[in-house]
Amino acid sequence: MTDTLTPVLTAHWDQPDLFTIDGYKRVGGWQALPKALGMTRDEVITLVKNAGLRGRGGAGFATGVKWGFLPKGDDKPHYLVVNADESEPGACKDIPLMMANPHLLIEGAAIASYAIGAGHAFIYVRGEVLHVIRRLRNAVQEARAAGYIGQNVLGSGFDVDIIIHAGAGAYICGEETALLDSLEGKRGLPRNKPPFPAVAGVYSLPTNVNNVESIATVPSMLMNGADWFAGIGTEKSKGFGIFNLSGHVTTPGTYEAPLGITLRELLELSDGMRGGHRLKFWTAGGSSAGILTDQHLDMPMDFESVAAAGSGLGTRSVMIFDETTCVVGAVLRWTEFYQHESCGKCTPCREGTFWLVRILERLEHGQGTEEDVEKMLDVCDNITGRAFCALGDSATPPITSAVKYFRDEFIQHHKEGGCPFDPAASTVWAEGLGGSGGSSPRGPAGSET
Amino acid sequence: MPFSDDVRARLDVDADQIIGKYPGARSALLPLLHLVQAEEGYVSEDGIGYCAGKLGLTETDVTGVVSFYTMYKRGPVGKYHVGVCTNTVCGVLGGYQILAELREHLGGVDDDEATPDGQVSLEHLECNAACVYAPVVMVNWEFFDNMTPQSARQLTDDLRAGNNVTPSRGPDRLVTWREAARILAGFNDGLATEGPTAGPADLVGLKIAQEHDWTAPEPDRKVSDKAGEQAKEPR
Repeated sequence: MTDTLTPVLTAHWDQPDLFTIDGYKRVGGWQALPKALGMTRDEVITLVKNAGLRGRGGAGFATGVKWGFLPKGDDKPHYLVVNADESEPGACKDIPLMMANPHLLIEGAAIASYAIGAGHAFIYVRGEVLHVIRRLRNAVQEARAAGYIGQNVLGSGFDVDIIIHAGAGAYICGEETALLDSLEGKRGLPRNKPPFPAVAGVYSLPTNVNNVESIATVPSMLMNGADWFAGIGTEKSKGFGIFNLSGHVTTPGTYEAPLGITLRELLELSDGMRGGHRLKFWTAGGSSAGILTDQHLDMPMDFESVAAAGSGLGTRSVMIFDETTCVVGAVLRWTEFYQHESCGKCTPCREGTFWLVRILERLEHGQGTEEDVEKMLDVCDNITGRAFCALGDSATPPITSAVKYFRDEFIQHHKEGGCPFDPAASTVWAEGLGGSGGSSPRGPAGSET
Repeated sequence: MPFSDDVRARLDVDADQIIGKYPGARSALLPLLHLVQAEEGYVSEDGIGYCAGKLGLTETDVTGVVSFYTMYKRGPVGKYHVGVCTNTVCGVLGGYQILAELREHLGGVDDDEATPDGQVSLEHLECNAACVYAPVVMVNWEFFDNMTPQSARQLTDDLRAGNNVTPSRGPDRLVTWREAARILAGFNDGLATEGPTAGPADLVGLKIAQEHDWTAPEPDRKVSDKAGEQAKEPR
């Protein structure tokens, strides 16, 4: 039986110098790359395939299979691009990982570059995290000085350069083809697929794009083997992942667990809902996956089970809201976000999110009617599956799920001529709340759920 | 008016270094825009002209890129640019109130508008990947975690008074807006090793695991465990 929590990526975050090469090597770092270089490229790809790692950036596509899509023996330059643009509402796993353990990512990127035959790896990190960028760049310098990246790595004949590239503020650049356009110095607009990045990515050359956590998982698989990784988690959702619990819990925080852990288990670990309050709604995979309720407390958080519940595991961004929170207001705020971040390339997303915000504003302020709820669902229906990229598809689940579970609350706003909730009651400084950012002592589990 | 010869000569050294890093020159455009923002505090017409010239692009093309990204400012902001996260988790937990009170405290400044002393400007932010520390405030893209209206007002008071403030997860001191832009352009300031490895909320799960002696399975141990498990309850 696997333990409830399985720290691997987060295992040494309590070490004060983990972000330096000495600190990383003291906990066994930079041993996986030499091991990989002793294998053939195909052997490394096969190992990742056999481990069953599925992409940790939200889509859940098999990482090893994706690596295998790049052409072999084509004499063209290949590129690895690490998507470090973490911006999904509720997601805060990649940014702390890169601040705490940048060498883990750099080592994973070096191994992945070797496997796909890439001479350059870009780490595209969102710009709004200055200290993370410092730490990454410092780690690259240290790794280069130690011969782990650069020319003829460890005498193997393998060359790889790693470039830390700072973005400039655009959620859409987390979409892999928009990220590639941005990396080429353009507006971050999504591209048509096909051709897929494996055929024509950055500079129209074969490119593999992976999430930070996916790449950071690779060194542990090299060290411990495919069977080790596949033995953790569930049958189809193998391995471990970082879960971020935020919102109205007593002890918000970061938990690394086998895929398949439930919210009930995570709530017990985080001392339950804040004092005297009960769970109203939550997300399993960030706002883009839509909301769930207390009927999903025992749903295993693996790809299949969350999808079967009509949501998505996404980035395991568990945002938790208690009964003081207005679901209409919460969804309005997310929708304003999607409207702001819509790149404008396609009409359903650009116009649809604009009108969704206007309808939600009416509803939140008590001026909307039941007809507006239907109109809103109709607009959602005209975005989902009709938008150019995943951003449009991500804008509608918060709305459709909120109406599914809380339709009465939308109507109640109309009946009462305004929002029936007091926003002050939801704040951290409202009476009866814990929320000290993880520094509070752990008491007996006080879950009201 | 274009940059003076002196400024241009200084920028050229940095710009050529940035361009040289990339297999395709145009990839240097975002860093170059950060570089001209570091020079002037914002991306001016001159800055756009400079970047266009370095990369052989039209000014229209570069302007289109600048307008796409929220971190590029088209006019002066404060020496310390304060962002309050108002995406749903931070907002519900108090970010809306922090932004409203801070705006009032700073004399009703608009987004990206600086106080008359030029020290502080304000902006509402979308999710900055620190939700376990909600409500979150950023200053020059460093984290200030678990904020309240009071601590946010104190923060801007300290910034305007020139007092040293320390980010929750960042270096021991704040760099200025223009210095921050230079880091984003690709240059180092030697502060990477300052500050904590991780914040307290990022260690919550690890500490619980350590208390319970919970770990990922040992590679060897797992094989026998798995065999035993499968014998008992086949999937």
